[in-house]
Amino acid sequence: MKSIKRILAVITVLLTSALWAWAEDPAPTALSNKEAIDLVQTHANYLWTLVAAALVFFMQAGFAMVEAGFTRAKNAVNIIMKNLMDFSIGSIAFWAIGFGLMFGASQTGWFGTSGFFLSDFSVEGDPWVLAFWMFQVVFCATAATIVSGAMAERTKFVGYLAYSAILSAIIYPVFGSWAWGSLFNGSGWLEGLGFIDFAGSTVVHSVGGWAALAGAIVLGPRLGKYGKDGKPRAIMGHNIPLAALGVFILWLGWFGFNPGSTTTADTSIAMIFVNTNLAAAAGAILALFTSWIKFGKPEVGMSLNGALAGLVGITAGCANVTPTSAIIIGAIAGLLVVLSVMFFEKLKIDDPVGAISVHGVCGAWGTLGAGLFNIGGTTAKIIMVQLVGIGACFVWTFAAAFIMFKVISMTIGLRVSPEEEIEGLDHAEHGGIAYPDFGMSTHGTSLSTGSPTGGLKAAAPSRVVVGQE
Amino acid sequence: MKKIEAVIKPFRLDEVKDALNKLGISGMTISEVKGFGRQRGHKEIYRGTEYQVDFVPKVKIDLAVSEAIADKVIAAITEHASTNKVGDGKIFVMPIEQAVRIRTGETGQDAI
Repeated sequence: MKSIKRILAVITVLLTSALWAWAEDPAPTALSNKEAIDLVQTHANYLWTLVAAALVFFMQAGFAMVEAGFTRAKNAVNIIMKNLMDFSIGSIAFWAIGFGLMFGASQTGWFGTSGFFLSDFSVEGDPWVLAFWMFQVVFCATAATIVSGAMAERTKFVGYLAYSAILSAIIYPVFGSWAWGSLFNGSGWLEGLGFIDFAGSTVVHSVGGWAALAGAIVLGPRLGKYGKDGKPRAIMGHNIPLAALGVFILWLGWFGFNPGSTTTADTSIAMIFVNTNLAAAAGAILALFTSWIKFGKPEVGMSLNGALAGLVGITAGCANVTPTSAIIIGAIAGLLVVLSVMFFEKLKIDDPVGAISVHGVCGAWGTLGAGLFNIGGTTAKIIMVQLVGIGACFVWTFAAAFIMFKVISMTIGLRVSPEEEIEGLDHAEHGGIAYPDFGMSTHGTSLSTGSPTGGLKAAAPSRVVVGQE
Repeated sequence: MKKIEAVIKPFRLDEVKDALNKLGISGMTISEVKGFGRQRGHKEIYRGTEYQVDFVPKVKIDLAVSEAIADKVIAAITEHASTNKVGDGKIFVMPIEQAVRIRTGETGQDAI
């Protein structure tokens, strides 16, 4: 009996409080309905932007794996440290200075002057600045980490840290403000001309690519890369599956990079997704064919670079070209990247992963492609503006980066000593190696042995356990 | 006592090992090595750059045997390591001055 009384008491309390609550709700009006619907859209925008930012963040893993895979095992720790720290330092530098320069109020149209240290954020204020900042910081970090591949295997760690801070604080954001400033509080002279670069073929990838070019030039090629006759020699990466994993991760992350740039949850992201995928596929295929024809065998390094080239190429026009055009843009990027890698190699500019070709050259092509294949039709003016943007990026980025690298090289030092380079940066710079359980075959061995491992290439599995090299 | 060093193609190792076991050989040491004799290497390609692979992976077997059985061992290795193609390898024979079994301290014939 007691328990029944208790149940009845609970039900009574619930009913009366429900009636009481209902009695408090105002009747819905057309205006309050619209506000509620708008709020759902706003929430969706936040959700999509931040999920996309997380995908772009994951591209850092992609870059790390590509670079580790295409370089030697004795430098793997150094690669990881550079990738870990250019994101970490870049985040703080962009928070402190970069975001304000890029998106702050801009009187001149050349750089912003407000919003430093995330000053636009206040606890009661509109949190959109946080979502937008988060999305933008991972873009800045993408540009910064591109350079670590081109400068791999011979760069002093402190020199690289200095570069990360300066690129994320100044070089990247200043150009970014010209093209994207009005996405927040700023405005840029380049976007004022009608420059099209939706997700950053130029703003992100060419900036990274031309900075990489400057770094590779100031550094010089790796020891042993060029023989006495000046011909390039192959320095094999130590883990091709890791490099491939990196490319797949980047491809995945690009599904945040491109469609996320709408920062809006609407149906336009569908075409951007499709364009991104088709361009990557076309790039991989054309790079495959090109390397097959030129070298006689379909080669994995070039094919992987081709997929990335397609992705970089479509980044500018992903929102204003048709899927068919995306295939063409990606395909031409795939062809270009193979030719470009060989071109820079002939110039004695040593780029261990092809970053200059993938990001600099194909970023420029993609920006031009966005003008050529514009859905509304192309005009001479559109193409001119694209070329102006491409040129302005090269002039600003290459000059600023070249000066920066020269200054670093003359002060704290940019290149390691020959002894450190031969021993491997893992030991020399970080006091530890990446694969302690395995014998290190590249420790001090000459490059002329060619084959990357000393392991048994037996057709029949041997029951003898041998230390892998 | 004789020291026999045989450099052979890696995938012949299991057959050679089984043949030596049948002869009563109770131990051996192997190492992974690279080398070339008249067998030249081949060209490979990496990111558009051709390079020559001269050194070919091989396996080196080190054996310590008594003089009496040495010829049989050489014949067994020769027979089972051969593929009749260039690069089959070589066998070298040297005298052993002294041998010691670490666990027991036995020396000479008792050690091998």
